[in-house]
Amino acid sequence: MKKYWSFFKIRFVNSLQYRAAALSGMATQFFWGFMYILMYSAFYRTNPAQFPMEFSDLSTYIWLQQALLALFMAWYFDMDLLNSISNGNIAYELARPLEIYSMWFVKETANRTSRAALRCGGILLVAFFIPQPYGLNLPESPLSFLLFLVSTFFGTLVMVSLSMIVSGITFYTTSSQGVRIAASTIGDFFGGGIVALPFWPDGLRQVASLLPFAATQNVPLRVYSGNLAGMDAAWSIFLQIFWFIVLCVSGRALFRRALKRVVVQGG
Amino acid sequence: MKLYFHYFSIHLRSAMQYKTSFFLTLAGRFVTSFTSFLGIYILFDRFHSVDGFGMEEILICFSTILMGYSLAEWFFRGFDRFQGIISNGEFDRIMVRPKNELFQVMASQMEFTRLGRTLQAVFVLAYAVWASGIVWTPDKIFTLVFMIVGAFVLYCGLFMINACLCFFTIQGLEVMNIFTDGTKEFGSYPMSIYGKHLLRFFTYILPIACVQYYPLLYIIGRSSNLFYMFLPAAGILFLIPSYILWRIGVRHYKSTGS
Repeated sequence: MKKYWSFFKIRFVNSLQYRAAALSGMATQFFWGFMYILMYSAFYRTNPAQFPMEFSDLSTYIWLQQALLALFMAWYFDMDLLNSISNGNIAYELARPLEIYSMWFVKETANRTSRAALRCGGILLVAFFIPQPYGLNLPESPLSFLLFLVSTFFGTLVMVSLSMIVSGITFYTTSSQGVRIAASTIGDFFGGGIVALPFWPDGLRQVASLLPFAATQNVPLRVYSGNLAGMDAAWSIFLQIFWFIVLCVSGRALFRRALKRVVVQGG
Repeated sequence: MKLYFHYFSIHLRSAMQYKTSFFLTLAGRFVTSFTSFLGIYILFDRFHSVDGFGMEEILICFSTILMGYSLAEWFFRGFDRFQGIISNGEFDRIMVRPKNELFQVMASQMEFTRLGRTLQAVFVLAYAVWASGIVWTPDKIFTLVFMIVGAFVLYCGLFMINACLCFFTIQGLEVMNIFTDGTKEFGSYPMSIYGKHLLRFFTYILPIACVQYYPLLYIIGRSSNLFYMFLPAAGILFLIPSYILWRIGVRHYKSTGS
């Protein structure tokens, strides 16, 4: 366990170096959040009765989404890892006395959390001072804040396990760009990245909320504002844990199978 | 021009070396823009209209911008990798060759997998044209084509500016995504829905609204101002400052060494 922890620390500290990039990223995400809120406010203006949640809850959802983007972005993959598969460096990794799935899992978690840690503070702070109903609200209650933290934790784990599965597929295809692009957009879409799940039409919404994709950002962002509360929140967090276990076990199996007959590329 | 086609065929042949990968990537890109389309569909399923625009009208806007953007991506992709060209000193090599630098950067890469996005735009546009119930008189068809051309040229200019900044910063700037990816994403809707101030910004400074909002008003018959028909020309005018900036950048260029 200790060795994985040190891998986490190395990666985390390493990515904290990119402060200028973080500043630029923050500006981008701020703009994105701002435009989304303006877009939804146009829909709100047109037809307020059809709006499935309080407008200020939606603003909160969007600001949290932008602040925690690094944790839940489906299109982010560890390029070191993918390149090591296609250029053969994986041979070195295999020679180490560590389990490769866990090591990569830890590395990717560290990448995501360090990026989020660098970026979320600034965005949240500014969003907090934007006037109502466009700014970030305080959490609904201390309990919903606690649930938010728990579900962010599990949501991140589900996200990383999902992207590990996609990376695992790379073992079989060598050039995986297409699979990656398609998988990440589908993941983002069904996770409520483009349109938040409460806006979805009935039927489709219920199905989507059972999928592993919804166990990522969808849960924490809605729990925070109390849009998802009580039994529904408990059920969603249960689903997160369930999907984390399923995806983690199958990802590990995928890796084990692939590594049995791995072909090391190049010399 | 002949040389450009030569480059074109080289890139095409090299992309065809990895056929499976090529088609998978192409399909991936198709799915990507399909989810943006689905996002619009979901919102309209609930709200039916936004600021008086119906779904088909929004889709005209969405598909023209997407088409302009994806075509610009095909042909101007070299600029996206410009950061690499600067930082590994490849630009030195480009400068000593007898052809125009702009041309060489342009021809240095072509990304045919972007065809996935273009196809998406074609399908959506075809649907919107058919379903919108607009009577397609010649002037409206002209406006529509002009919108696409305007968007294409505008994005070419934007990609160029994006690359120019590398002359000064060596690194690419993520902030510039706001103007390329950002306007593509939010340009799916007429810029007017974001409020007066942003509309002004996107009319006079970065003329996105000139290639979507104003001509769209003319097409759907909300305005009969003939002037709106020719506004996409602003996209072409935008090339002038982009080119000037490029020239300044080239003059300013200092090699990074090896």
